[in-house]
Amino acid sequence: MINVEAVYWLIGILFVAWASLIAADTNHPRRWGSSAFWGLLGLCFFYSTWVQAGTAPGWILGIAVLVLVVLASTGLLGHGKHRTTTGPEREAFAKRFGNKLFIPALTLPLVTVILVLAAPVLVIGRTPLLDPKNTTLVALAIGAVAAVVVALLILKPKNPATPIFESRRILESIGWAALLPQMLTTLGILFTKAGVGTAVGTLASGLLPKGSLIAGVVVYCVGMFLFTVLMGNGFAAFPIMTAAIGWPVLVQTFHGDPAIVFAIGMLAGFCGTLCTPMAANFNLVPSALLEMDNKYGVIAAQVGTAIPLLAVNIGLMYFLAFH
Amino acid sequence: MLVLIGVLLVIVGFAIRLNPLIVVTVAGIVTALLGGMNPAQILDSFGTGFANSRSVTIFVAVLPVVGIIEFFGLQEQAKILIGRLAKLTAGRVLIGYLAVRQITAAVGLNSIGGHAQTVRPLVFPMAEGAALRRYGHVPEKISEKIKGHSAGADNVGVFFGEDVFVAVGSILLITTFVDTTYHLHLEPLQLALWAIPTAIAAFLIHGFRLLRLDKQLDKEYREYELTAQKETAGEAK
Repeated sequence: MINVEAVYWLIGILFVAWASLIAADTNHPRRWGSSAFWGLLGLCFFYSTWVQAGTAPGWILGIAVLVLVVLASTGLLGHGKHRTTTGPEREAFAKRFGNKLFIPALTLPLVTVILVLAAPVLVIGRTPLLDPKNTTLVALAIGAVAAVVVALLILKPKNPATPIFESRRILESIGWAALLPQMLTTLGILFTKAGVGTAVGTLASGLLPKGSLIAGVVVYCVGMFLFTVLMGNGFAAFPIMTAAIGWPVLVQTFHGDPAIVFAIGMLAGFCGTLCTPMAANFNLVPSALLEMDNKYGVIAAQVGTAIPLLAVNIGLMYFLAFH
Repeated sequence: MLVLIGVLLVIVGFAIRLNPLIVVTVAGIVTALLGGMNPAQILDSFGTGFANSRSVTIFVAVLPVVGIIEFFGLQEQAKILIGRLAKLTAGRVLIGYLAVRQITAAVGLNSIGGHAQTVRPLVFPMAEGAALRRYGHVPEKISEKIKGHSAGADNVGVFFGEDVFVAVGSILLITTFVDTTYHLHLEPLQLALWAIPTAIAAFLIHGFRLLRLDKQLDKEYREYELTAQKETAGEAK
């Protein structure tokens, strides 16, 4: 069986490879800080396997993570100068390869989707070939490897390590944002453990005027929205807001249809995900990946959809769920 | 209520634009201390939190293939391809992507796209290629706007498409939580069904905004040309 841990080790190996390239780059302005950051991040991916399995202490990893934060936020992490193809060179290549360039780009989603769909029948003996709990992740990693192989076969670069050199360029433009999604997940866990959720729930139900259906719907939906903005995803917000308002007020008191109330409540939370830097993997990593000047440019493009859609959700819940 | 100080720290930290990594780490430590955790437990939480959330960093596995095809001019080829299609504008390219992303996510194929997999190598260059054809030159400000909307189309498409599919995380979270806590028996299919009206509304609202994006870009380009003309006139004097 291809376990999801194998995927994490692949990622770890990539980080270590990039760190060694940076360490070997004498012109890098932050050579040692940067290679230490990416190398340590790679080692954390390996070590996590045992933390996840419960066979190694988590606090050691915790210290390593704090070291990463210090490296990234004290200016020790920086960009190197990369020799890559220039604009005219790329245009010449584009002319030479034409639409063949799309083949590796399409191999990735195609292989991923085929593997996800075929996973239930891909069984050797009695064990499934792909980790059944993480089929998509494993399929995506295999798709990524397959796409690199296809790219090497079609484009025949002089140096077969070109994919690693060139991805280092993209990685360094992402920089510390690469670590942020995982840190935010940790923050979510700490918030939950410390009882932030219950505090917000109490606050929300305190704001609610008794006996008004429309007020209940608005507080539930807007509460889902705001709480999702704070936590970065609707998953943390849903149990809290549902326990505070969705279930006792909307379903028990006003006899709302639970399927409609909960489905639309979650979607009101998704509107919040569009507006928050806390959802770093959706909103901040892409702006780094696209090398935008404004880190919050993706959020700026989305707010105009999120707010009207929140209003639509409130209306839909009010008119559909209660009869 | 004291633990809400952590939330406040996050808001203030982001608002005054401190490095988000520092903001998140400090807010986490402060909240945990206020919640009564000791330093050993806090370190342990940072460790296990990192280990359990490695899946969000999966995009890194896609970078090597994106790197090599970009090296050989994929973005340029995407621009050339779009440049041949006269009727395509940046907004229309993005509406097409929004539709594809939403429909494929609704049938469970949300791994087909993503910011590293499709937005950077394909969607953004195509949208920018359409703008290049229209204006002959894409100023930085317009390019920046197209970048934001390229990522936005991906997010809106996948968020409001995947919930129409029964086996997605958010639907399963609702059923597991509600069924165990309130002893209901909700079918995932019912929840998926009631996600459809919002999905349609999301497409209409975002699609409308993307159509208007073309007009905004036209306007910004005119302003850009005017200032450029003024500058050259100034230099001529």
